[in-house]
Amino acid sequence: MRFGILVFPGSWSHQDFQYMLGDVMGFEAQVVWHKATGVEGFDCLILPGGFAHGDYLRAGAIARFSPVMPAVIRFAERGGLVLGSCNGFQILCEAGLLPGALLRNASLQYRCQWVHLRVESTATPFTAALAPGRILRMPISHGEGRYHADAETLRRLGGEGRVIFRYCAPDGTQAPEANPNGSAEHIAGICNAQGNVLGLMPHPERAAEGLLGSEDGRLLFDALLARVPG
Amino acid sequence: MPRTLPAEPRVSPEVVAAHGLTEEEYAAVRAILQREPTYTELGIFSVMWSEHCSYKSSRVHLKTLPTAGPRILQGPGENAGVVDIGAGLAAVFKIESHNHPSFIEPTQGAATGVGGIIRDIFTMGARPICLLDSLRFGPLTQGKSRYLLGGVVAGIAGYGNAVGVPTVGGEVAFSESYAQNPLVNVLCLGIAAADRLFTARAGGRGNPVIYVGAKTGRDGIHGATMASETFDETSEERRPTVQVGDPFREKLLIEACLELMATGEVVGIQDMGAAGLTCSSCEMASRGGTGIELDLTRVPRREEGMSPYEVMLSESQERMLVVVRRGAEETVRAIFGKWDLDAAVVGTVTDDGMLRVLDGGSVVAEIPANALAEGAPAYRRPAVRPAWLDALQEADLSTLPPPGDWGEALAALLASPAIACKRDIWRQYDHMLYLNTVVLPGSDAVVLRVKGHPGGLALSTDGNGRYCFLDPYVGGMIAVAEAARNVTCGGAEPVALTNCLNFGDPTRPEVMWQFAEVVRGMGDACRALGTPVTGGNVSLYNETLGRPIFPTPIVGMLGLLEDIRHATTQWFKGAGDLVYLLGETRDELGGSEYLKRLHGREEGRPPALDLARERAVQEACRAAIRSGLVRSAHDTSEGGLAVALAECCIPVEGEPIGFSGSLPGALRPEAAFFGESQSRIVVSVRPRQGPALEALARRHGVPCTLLGTTGGPTFTLTAGGATLRAPVEALAEAWRGGFAAAASWGAP
Repeated sequence: MRFGILVFPGSWSHQDFQYMLGDVMGFEAQVVWHKATGVEGFDCLILPGGFAHGDYLRAGAIARFSPVMPAVIRFAERGGLVLGSCNGFQILCEAGLLPGALLRNASLQYRCQWVHLRVESTATPFTAALAPGRILRMPISHGEGRYHADAETLRRLGGEGRVIFRYCAPDGTQAPEANPNGSAEHIAGICNAQGNVLGLMPHPERAAEGLLGSEDGRLLFDALLARVPG
Repeated sequence: MPRTLPAEPRVSPEVVAAHGLTEEEYAAVRAILQREPTYTELGIFSVMWSEHCSYKSSRVHLKTLPTAGPRILQGPGENAGVVDIGAGLAAVFKIESHNHPSFIEPTQGAATGVGGIIRDIFTMGARPICLLDSLRFGPLTQGKSRYLLGGVVAGIAGYGNAVGVPTVGGEVAFSESYAQNPLVNVLCLGIAAADRLFTARAGGRGNPVIYVGAKTGRDGIHGATMASETFDETSEERRPTVQVGDPFREKLLIEACLELMATGEVVGIQDMGAAGLTCSSCEMASRGGTGIELDLTRVPRREEGMSPYEVMLSESQERMLVVVRRGAEETVRAIFGKWDLDAAVVGTVTDDGMLRVLDGGSVVAEIPANALAEGAPAYRRPAVRPAWLDALQEADLSTLPPPGDWGEALAALLASPAIACKRDIWRQYDHMLYLNTVVLPGSDAVVLRVKGHPGGLALSTDGNGRYCFLDPYVGGMIAVAEAARNVTCGGAEPVALTNCLNFGDPTRPEVMWQFAEVVRGMGDACRALGTPVTGGNVSLYNETLGRPIFPTPIVGMLGLLEDIRHATTQWFKGAGDLVYLLGETRDELGGSEYLKRLHGREEGRPPALDLARERAVQEACRAAIRSGLVRSAHDTSEGGLAVALAECCIPVEGEPIGFSGSLPGALRPEAAFFGESQSRIVVSVRPRQGPALEALARRHGVPCTLLGTTGGPTFTLTAGGATLRAPVEALAEAWRGGFAAAASWGAP
């Protein structure tokens, strides 16, 4: 399993993903500069958190024009696995690989805190090995994470099992106070129609060691091991 | 086409005075140059000899602080201090103020403060891994204070989050004395290979001097001079002197500089902070024992028609000056080009000791670099103990009307903005990036693991301005002792500190006396606790309309954990544990939060501090943690024992744990509950470990009192014949909600 972790100017979670996937989990994990024009040889691409291109204009709005993005889109269209976390999720939406948009948090403030997520669907390889309804604990860290889409899109996402994670209380119930940014229908993560592109606002790489309070983030990648040989 | 520059103004006595130089200082300038300075030279002298850059009032006192120790790789004098933490790694850290700009424009003022201190750290070759911020505002009952708080927090969040350096801790306090002069002190720490440190020295005649980073504009001209004056009604007109930060560019600058440093081509490097190109060039030449010749026409600019004076004094952000080996110019251009940053050769290193500034063909300034960097006059200013201090210290606190209900008094203290949980602030900061934060914000000290190191680091910032106001010597000692105690509670041994000294106008003898006394107290505590000072920053002239702030030293203490498993938090871990107090409680209510919050008085003598006892208590606590006895450890500080115990009961999230116990002795209840006697730590242990803890404390000669047991829905503490009782849920609500209520911040 070879991971390519994209690095845009202003990215900062790429080091953490490399530490998690490489040092903690023992995968092969390489960084890929945003000016690269090819992404061959990887089984999975990670779009990490940060402020790509300063997130000027709008989070992810400039990053979608980075030279590497056409290759990322081709990679996804051919069924390659793509995971965007935080800023990576924002970029995937801006690039049209995922529907909807991520707006400023309802609080109008940045939020860095632990949240609970309920696994809603196993429609993506990243959650294929998890039981629906399972509660995961991971941190978030963003100022623009309020998921928004029109009613038709939300209906379709729900109907097709493409809402992968929703924010929830520790016991799994949905409550307004457990929705840290005001996301529509408490949505924390979605996938594309084929299921190979996953975007989520939480940071799985920050939940990979007991020392830091949770190992739940590893589950998304443990699931891949079973799927892709080598 | 660039327009023709107007001729430089003539240097008249009025122009000299407007630059803040005294007649004597101007005479010294003429003696150094052996002629009248040009207008540009006058500007250069005025910023380099400003209080902010030259430490002319503070230097004689700072020299008394201990700065050496076996772990110290770099003490004061460079961009940051460096401590050997073992495993081939070094911790590079420093705290700095951005008080004046933050008052004039809170968001950008605080943001550029963050940017500036981060540059000081990576300049040394370290990757910045965390920030802590220490803030002081006026009472939150005042709209202006709430505005400043919101703006400063937004500025720190906006810059720190985007630049990718997590803000992992800090503290905030409130007092009328900061209402017109808030304090914004930011600490940054980075990790470097101990044998790959960089210094700000220009060496090697003929080596190129390269300007890298953002372009130069007119922003921030005379920022350093502004920071060396007091404020009046017109201060808000100076908003244009505050720079605007660009965290994205700073992030690129960090990566590009660290990449360049890895090539081995860098001779010396320094950031352009206060006094911009002027300060960086003359300090690098002075430290290197060399000279620098600059050609201003080569400086990348984003505004047209800037005069040499403006280019030399601009404080545009996100710029660095680098000296590399001759022939490495292309390497620099390639790396900075990759990151879309400017890199321009703007000068060369010379061996004549001069800072020579050319504008095209003509010399606009030629000054001995050493005279600028080191030659500012040093003043031993008159220091006089304030006449009003006796009356304050002798205030009669023997008969205070007791509160109607002790439990409600405790809830009121827990809800006071100084004590209440600050989650509403820190959750606006990314505090987990880089996967190091083992103990999150909210406990006594933040604890970070260091990858590639078996242990980790603990950090805490502290400084009680009210104590220093009431007794600067004792307050100075306590600032150091409390910061050390906090990292001890985190499971670490305090090893070194950085400090930011915030005071009023040093030409007032009372202020100067406060300064001298605080420094004397800090020095004594540093020597007793074995924690040398590695540097920091002095911020004077913190006053508006003649009212100085409380004398406020902020100590940033670095602690070292040999084993990351020793990381400890303040919170009780379960029901049925035994709770002990290490240390001794005396009748000391002077300067307490209780006195302020419930009686509206900021009087009396602050609690006494016995440094030998302090050291013993901390050693006992660390020994207990290392031997695995301790489930939780918490320093008792503002609010005293009752507040400390309640804080142990209430985690930031999740179910609180009750407590029931008593403090034996004949103290009156208010002193027992809320007095702030020093050198005390509340620890909890499993029931069977009680005797082991008592024996350990005995070996260290430390009083160790069994207070009670954890568990149940109630908080009960009996002392001095009175009982304080409250549902722990009610206390949790007060502590968790107090800050948002006071700051009028919404809940979501």
